[in-house]
Amino acid sequence: MSFFGLDCFPKTEGAELERKLRANDREYNRSFKYATNAIKTSKYNFFTFLPLNLFEQFQRIANAYFLVLLVLQLIPEISSLSWFTTVVPLALVLTVTAAKDATDDINRHRSDNQVNNRKVEVLIDRKLRSEKWMDVQVGDIIKLENNQFVTADLLLLSSSEPLNLVYIETAELDGETNLKVKQALPVTGDLGDDIEKLADFNGEVRCEPPNNRLDRFNGTLAFAGQKYPLDNEKILLRGCTLRNTDWCFGLVLFGGQETKLMQNSGKSTFKRTSIDRLMNVLVLCIFGSLVFMCMILAIGNYIWEVKNGSNFTVFLQRKHSAGFSAFLTFWSYIIILNTVVPISLYVSVEIIRLGNSFYIDWDRKMYYSRSDTPAEARTTTLNEELGQIKYVFSDKTGTLTQNIMIFNKCSINGKSYGDVYDYTGQRLDISELKDPVDFSFNALADPRFVFYDHALVEAVKLENPEVHAFFRLLALCHTVMAEEKKEGELLYQAQSPDEGALVTAARNFGFVFRSRTPDSISIVEMGNQRSYELLAILDFNNVRKRMSVIVRSPEGKLSLYCKGADTIIYERLHQSCSKLMDVTTDHLNEFAGEGLRTLALAYKDLDEEYFSRWRERHHEASTSLEDKESKLDELYEEIEKDLLLLGATAIEDKLQDGVPQTIEQLAKADIKIWVLTGDKQETAENIGYSCNLLREEMKDIFIVSGHSPEDVRQELRNAQNSMKPDGAANSLLLTEEKSKNLIKDEEANGEYGLVINGHSLAYALESSMELEFLRTACLCKAVICCRVTPLQKAQVVELVKKYKKAVTLAIGDGANDVSMIKAAHIGVGISGQEGMQAVLSSDYSFAQFRFLQRLLLVHGRWSYLRMCKFLRYFFYKNFTFTFVHFWFAFFCGFSAQTVYDEWFITLYNLMYTALPVLGMSLFDQDVNDVWSFQHPQLYIPGQLNLYFSKTAFFKCAVHSCYSSLVLFFIPYAALQDTVRGDGKDVADYQSFALLTQTCLLFAVSIQLGLEMSYWTAVNTFFVLGSLAMYFAVTFTMYSNGMFLIFPSAFPFIGTARNSLNQPNVWLTIILTSILCVLPVVTCRFLLIQLCPTINDKVMFKVRQARATPPPPPRRSRIRRTSSRRSGYAFSHAQGYGDLVTSGRFLRRPAVPRASGFPQVGRAATGFSPMGRSAGYSPTGRPQNLKVPDVEVTSLQMYRTFSDGDL
Amino acid sequence: MVKEEQEESSNRPDNTAFTQQRLPAWQPILSASIVIPMFVLIGAAFIGVGVALFITSRDIQLQELDYTGDDSEHPCFKCRTNTEKCTCSMTFSIPTLFKGPVFFYYGLTNYFQNQRKYGASKDDNQLYGDLNYFTSPSTDCDPYTRDSKNMPIVPCGALANSMFNDTFTLSHTVNGVQKIVPLDGKGIAWWTDYNIKYRNPSITPLINAFNGTKKPTNWPKPIYELDTTDVYNNGFINQDFLVWMRRAALPDFRKLYRRITHDDYAAGLPAGNYTLTIAYNYPVHSFNGKKKVVLSNVSWMGGKNDFLGIAYIVVGSMCVVMSIVMLIVYARFKFGEDD
Repeated sequence: MSFFGLDCFPKTEGAELERKLRANDREYNRSFKYATNAIKTSKYNFFTFLPLNLFEQFQRIANAYFLVLLVLQLIPEISSLSWFTTVVPLALVLTVTAAKDATDDINRHRSDNQVNNRKVEVLIDRKLRSEKWMDVQVGDIIKLENNQFVTADLLLLSSSEPLNLVYIETAELDGETNLKVKQALPVTGDLGDDIEKLADFNGEVRCEPPNNRLDRFNGTLAFAGQKYPLDNEKILLRGCTLRNTDWCFGLVLFGGQETKLMQNSGKSTFKRTSIDRLMNVLVLCIFGSLVFMCMILAIGNYIWEVKNGSNFTVFLQRKHSAGFSAFLTFWSYIIILNTVVPISLYVSVEIIRLGNSFYIDWDRKMYYSRSDTPAEARTTTLNEELGQIKYVFSDKTGTLTQNIMIFNKCSINGKSYGDVYDYTGQRLDISELKDPVDFSFNALADPRFVFYDHALVEAVKLENPEVHAFFRLLALCHTVMAEEKKEGELLYQAQSPDEGALVTAARNFGFVFRSRTPDSISIVEMGNQRSYELLAILDFNNVRKRMSVIVRSPEGKLSLYCKGADTIIYERLHQSCSKLMDVTTDHLNEFAGEGLRTLALAYKDLDEEYFSRWRERHHEASTSLEDKESKLDELYEEIEKDLLLLGATAIEDKLQDGVPQTIEQLAKADIKIWVLTGDKQETAENIGYSCNLLREEMKDIFIVSGHSPEDVRQELRNAQNSMKPDGAANSLLLTEEKSKNLIKDEEANGEYGLVINGHSLAYALESSMELEFLRTACLCKAVICCRVTPLQKAQVVELVKKYKKAVTLAIGDGANDVSMIKAAHIGVGISGQEGMQAVLSSDYSFAQFRFLQRLLLVHGRWSYLRMCKFLRYFFYKNFTFTFVHFWFAFFCGFSAQTVYDEWFITLYNLMYTALPVLGMSLFDQDVNDVWSFQHPQLYIPGQLNLYFSKTAFFKCAVHSCYSSLVLFFIPYAALQDTVRGDGKDVADYQSFALLTQTCLLFAVSIQLGLEMSYWTAVNTFFVLGSLAMYFAVTFTMYSNGMFLIFPSAFPFIGTARNSLNQPNVWLTIILTSILCVLPVVTCRFLLIQLCPTINDKVMFKVRQARATPPPPPRRSRIRRTSSRRSGYAFSHAQGYGDLVTSGRFLRRPAVPRASGFPQVGRAATGFSPMGRSAGYSPTGRPQNLKVPDVEVTSLQMYRTFSDGDL
Repeated sequence: MVKEEQEESSNRPDNTAFTQQRLPAWQPILSASIVIPMFVLIGAAFIGVGVALFITSRDIQLQELDYTGDDSEHPCFKCRTNTEKCTCSMTFSIPTLFKGPVFFYYGLTNYFQNQRKYGASKDDNQLYGDLNYFTSPSTDCDPYTRDSKNMPIVPCGALANSMFNDTFTLSHTVNGVQKIVPLDGKGIAWWTDYNIKYRNPSITPLINAFNGTKKPTNWPKPIYELDTTDVYNNGFINQDFLVWMRRAALPDFRKLYRRITHDDYAAGLPAGNYTLTIAYNYPVHSFNGKKKVVLSNVSWMGGKNDFLGIAYIVVGSMCVVMSIVMLIVYARFKFGEDD
């Protein structure tokens, strides 16, 4: 770490075109001056803090502006105010910010130190030594042990596992909690853990220079005269954790700042709210009008100098010409009128946002007890934008759904199981049942599996052959791996959660899948161990939509078991099943109507002779080099026919709690929800229905799935035409609108839904079509994009951001959502499920999708309301304050004489008015949360920017103008020629200043009272306290004592005593206050009467209902009855039947480990060398996260990274 | 659903009214039942106060005499541009008893005492009697810091330099004989001014403190000789000086000159003819200013000022009118009743 902290930026020489290093040769490697492994994320050290921090702070326009003002004030000719009026607020602001920066940096120092001082074993001088991370250098060989963090970017040399594999978890890097596998080169793997050999290792690596690409690596290793290519498979990146691997050795390639982790960090885009942007515009406008006002006053000064001032020389000699005097006056007024943009504005805005962020952190109703996760506002600068959301982009898996699959129902041989009926034949709601099926007869049953229909287990016990065949199929036809660490403790690693659910169901009903080898499957059938010979796996893919296995039973019978989409299976059934098909179809419709995912199961017995011929051809086809795929398909097609239907399964893709209600609420608040998912179209549609996004009542649901740009365009046009028959053919309009970069909102002639898939989306997002797409999509109530890539997710968000003047929010839980979370105005991460990447890049995070409605409808709305009220009031109070100077100018020869005491000017924003307005902005609420939920329409004004806009600002300015006129001219007229009750002077400047400032303070305080709709004790204390404070401070500063200490700083001595005891002074104060407030009250009252807003209506309703507040009606779970037929949906892509049979995955027998990760599915990871591993089980979570209790109703939690997820 | 009875874990936020934003609060709204009665009430109160103020103000007697002498008929016309000492006198009559105590003001118009540079042109430390600032006055006083011989001026600055220096005598014609009305020059400044804010250096005799300094260029006499009748009314605590130094807020102002509280006139000025004799020194012609003398008595609410009374009556009436308008609107629309 360099002393001056200059190496916190990556070295910029850029000269490093290729990295060369030699193992175990520090001398050689040092000559390249590679970064060491120390990291430094802190910005300052003790000595650089002050200069650097001040430099940074003055880069902010507001601070720089005040610095310029300060400089102006130091010029005696210009200075119309004492220096302290600017210095005190500026110093306060700078100190507060510096303190915050300092604490942040101290924390960074701490975490840097903690990381840098971690210990790792390094091979130095032929011995392993424990060294600090920061002392590790490029070219060192280090030893990592299980569960250790990877120290730097390493080249994997050797490991304890066979084939030199290591398993790593990349959660910190990309957010994925599943294990990935890396494999060392055999030549280095042979080094093993032999220290001597390792110490002799002198391989030379040449590789790419440091970069931030996590998925790519290029390099070569030269060792013993041979050159070996290196790719990403052999690289362990810093930030990963070693899992299930006793030890491994690695060669450090990149250290510290040059690691890919560090190269990837930082550069998070700085988000600003629309209010921020509006404020910037307004501040510029204010500067403009400030200059304008000063010009007027300067011109006034010129005229005055020529007409009056030049004659006044008897009493005041002129030093300058009128022109120069006007010039100086201009600057003097710039100083005086600068309070139109007070520095405290920015500080207050930050404080308010911070406060409202804390409310989010503190909200118990957004705390999820099951995972012990409270909501978190990770960004404190975006709160009010939460009240303006118009578009919500949501991920599906893990966000809307729990990604827990539950085997809910089935239909076997024409009989439907799963529903429970009471005596009267009424179907009971499953969630209310208390009496699950007892699986104790089965020692191997999964205790977490719950099923309520006792008929099914009876059927199994009665050895109903169809039921047995049904479960046998489920136990045999899959690609799940079983792991049995201890006798009877089975753990399944499924590629998709659906499969896991099915196999687990079979397990509980007595058909326990126990283990497999490449050519056999062992199951326990009703307590009897049986081994089936696995002859072929006819794997799943998207076209086939089915999978089959061909097995030989212990008795020697050949069978083909097949499961797949109902439509696909039905085409391949034997005619004899037609009756059963009809019954099963009814059941399927019923299941689909409940939003369940269905599968049809069928089997057939095979003829030995036929099969052996088929097998030969199969072997031929699978070894053929050309056209292998289609040949295999043909073969599969041939054998999978004339099947006999067994029945159907129904799996519930369990939604998170409260999702349909939340979506309904958000829809009522006029928020449009777009679901962007990597899932298949059928799955996505299915979920769309079950979470109430798509509804039966919708007029139409358009499905865009064209494969060429023309098709897509046509489909979009058709959709538009049917939604807006009259608005057709206005693509001309579109191009026009494109130039304006804005698309207006349109109304369709009914409710529509749009489903578009990834292919079509790619075309639709091209610049020639994006407007067509956007227009169509915006006409629809609900939009679902399926099979989208993370990049497309971001593109969709960007598209809406670009052409719609609307605020967007993206919510997701996985690494695949990061791009969209970063792209949207607000990113929300679902925490506690799938790694931390989404949360880390999000602005807000909480554990459940349903909290979104509270975040938006309550916190967002309040934050927006508060911020707008704050800004309106703040501008009002400062404009009023400042404009009085403007009017006074006409009576003091435009001499830049202030109206108020300088101390008042200094303290007005800091002390006298700061707390009341902060109090309002932290506590105000128009109606409470319950009512906010009952009337989601209250959210709409935020979307339309109604509370604070340019118009609102203009109104503020006009209002201030009025108030300032009152505040100047009433005291002016009242004091004109007035004397005190004892005949002495009271129309002097100091009394006038005191009177005006007191009037001002009363007027703005009363105005605040009018703005405030929620008077807590704190508010009252703040308002009254500030007034009391004003009088206390004023009397103190005008006291004899203060004057005796600093005669020249407190010239107002005695003014308060001499004028505030006069009745006419108080009568003037009352008059101005009432005159300022009455028109406002009248206007508001009339507005409420004549055109009440939604807020007014609800507030009146609340008032009426206050006597008996009705509890909000608890909506019961929405049940749809639907005739819609759901398509079969595996949530996964191409299966890995090949790997199952190849034997490569087979691992050594499990070794009990002392580590806390005994059950992580290593076997599964083996299949997927590219890192998309199949199995993830919740029990393999890192220990720092609490394992969520699995719900009683859930069968098994299968959390998977399927292809569909990414 | 989250069950309340579940054991409290470390991450669960506290359940307080503050953190859950459930603080008890008063939520007023502008309903007709509050606003309209409030307006009527305020209106009535304002009209009441306004009438009282107006009557009080009307009862205050005021005698104003412009002695600028712009008009060629005016007795002071001759002094208007005269730089030499010049005296003129004006006569006026008081028809009924001018109730005492009567206050004698001088007034100036178009005089910008509130001009920033003019007002700042003084040295508070000097006026506080700090001798260090006698010899080196603050540069705030420029260009009235030093005279042409570079001697420091005490009191320095434009404000002091331009002190009003007309003097007046008021005589009452009783039976054809001029009887001087005694004028009291004490108690015309604020107590805080002559006790705290302004101090003479603690050197006796006072004159010694001013060794090595010069009087302001416009002044005929040095500051320690302002009041020849009372040694304690000299220096910085001279009340005429203090009244002048308390600069006016507006370009038209009047300042207290004397009080008429003595002898026969303690109860007021009896009806009759009076003569005002003016030692006319102060030049206002150059900047189109006007000078005047004002005799006035006061009430509980100060001097004569009709504005407050009228304003209160007007605002009160407006309140009443608005309340009627609001009542009509409310009766027609009845918001809040239905819906």
